Amino acid sequence: MLHTVNKSSFERNSLQSCVNTIDDSSVILLIEDGVISCTNNANLPMIASLAAEGRVYALQGDVDARGVSSKVADNIKLVDYAGFVDLVVEHGATVSWV
Amino acid sequence: MSTKKFMYLNRKSSYGTVYAIESLEVVLIAAAFEQDVSLAFIDDGVFQIINDQNTDGIGMKNFSKTFHALGDYDINKLYVSRESLEERGLNEGDIMPLVYEDEDDDWKEKPSVRVISNAELSKIMSEQDVCLSF
Amino acid sequence: MKISIQINEGPYQHQASDTAYQFAKAAIEKGHEIFRVFFYHDGVNNASRFTIPPQDDRNIVKLWADLRQSDGSDIDKVVCVAAALRRGMLDESESSKNGLEGNNIHPSFRISGLGQLIEAGIQSDRLVVFGD
Repeated sequence: MLHTVNKSSFERNSLQSCVNTIDDSSVILLIEDGVISCTNNANLPMIASLAAEGRVYALQGDVDARGVSSKVADNIKLVDYAGFVDLVVEHGATVSWV
Repeated sequence: MSTKKFMYLNRKSSYGTVYAIESLEVVLIAAAFEQDVSLAFIDDGVFQIINDQNTDGIGMKNFSKTFHALGDYDINKLYVSRESLEERGLNEGDIMPLVYEDEDDDWKEKPSVRVISNAELSKIMSEQDVCLSF
Repeated sequence: MKISIQINEGPYQHQASDTAYQFAKAAIEKGHEIFRVFFYHDGVNNASRFTIPPQDDRNIVKLWADLRQSDGSDIDKVVCVAAALRRGMLDESESSKNGLEGNNIHPSFRISGLGQLIEAGIQSDRLVVFGD
């Protein structure tokens, strides 16, 4: 399953809620303000172990737009919109933590 | 028409934004399609189905009563996150006593609400074909 | 694959519709079919034919209106009737039915019921929600 999170972990609890209920095979894609959570920041521990397993993606366009492309944490996989589509296709149902 | 597992993910309380009532409208329409429907109440979504809601003071419709109708539409899988309840100082007794009549068990009245852990919720979520978030 | 999209937020206020559009465009370019785009909540405002952004800004309504499947056919764009009427979004038929003058739904969108969202979920291989 693919989980999308579009809010910064500093603004809302979407990412924490997603992490709390994610199963062992699902992946997370950070989009829109969600990409604020993929940098080296105080809330990074929330997703660090998932990222180490290669299960956290971030949308490149949103990362670049917010000026944080040089601050992306280790193990975060960047994808473009085509990559977003591939994740949707590969991972079954999508859960949006809007 | 084929049957799929639909989950409605509710994470916001009822009156501050329109999402809760418009989600409930979808659920009621969805009943006619005879799909396998579950509702999940996580985070502030748990406030949608607690007792004692009274909107007299805000000039808005109290639609919490509509949740009682879901059982009549065979929508009887309402999952509530135990962790979300506890974090908000709530417990199972604060939730409306929503029930349905089980046609496979002599129309016995049974509870529609199940308070479950995030781990159980995770398992149910991963079985879904479609997840609608509001 | 058949992919459907639900959009819960209006244009410009929130990135949801922009992201959904970029996603839909990429999906079409990869050979997928967009079965339906369903506009709900404030998302119905994406269908206003009176949207006039400044010249240097994108016109989100027009972007959706001009988007086509890879074979050039139209994309089914449905505006939820209940959500639309609540927010003063009307097509010609709803306008006259309610004794009003004028209508503001762009002709490339159509007004219909929530059943269209459920049907999209049933008929599509994937349904992706974009919201606040």
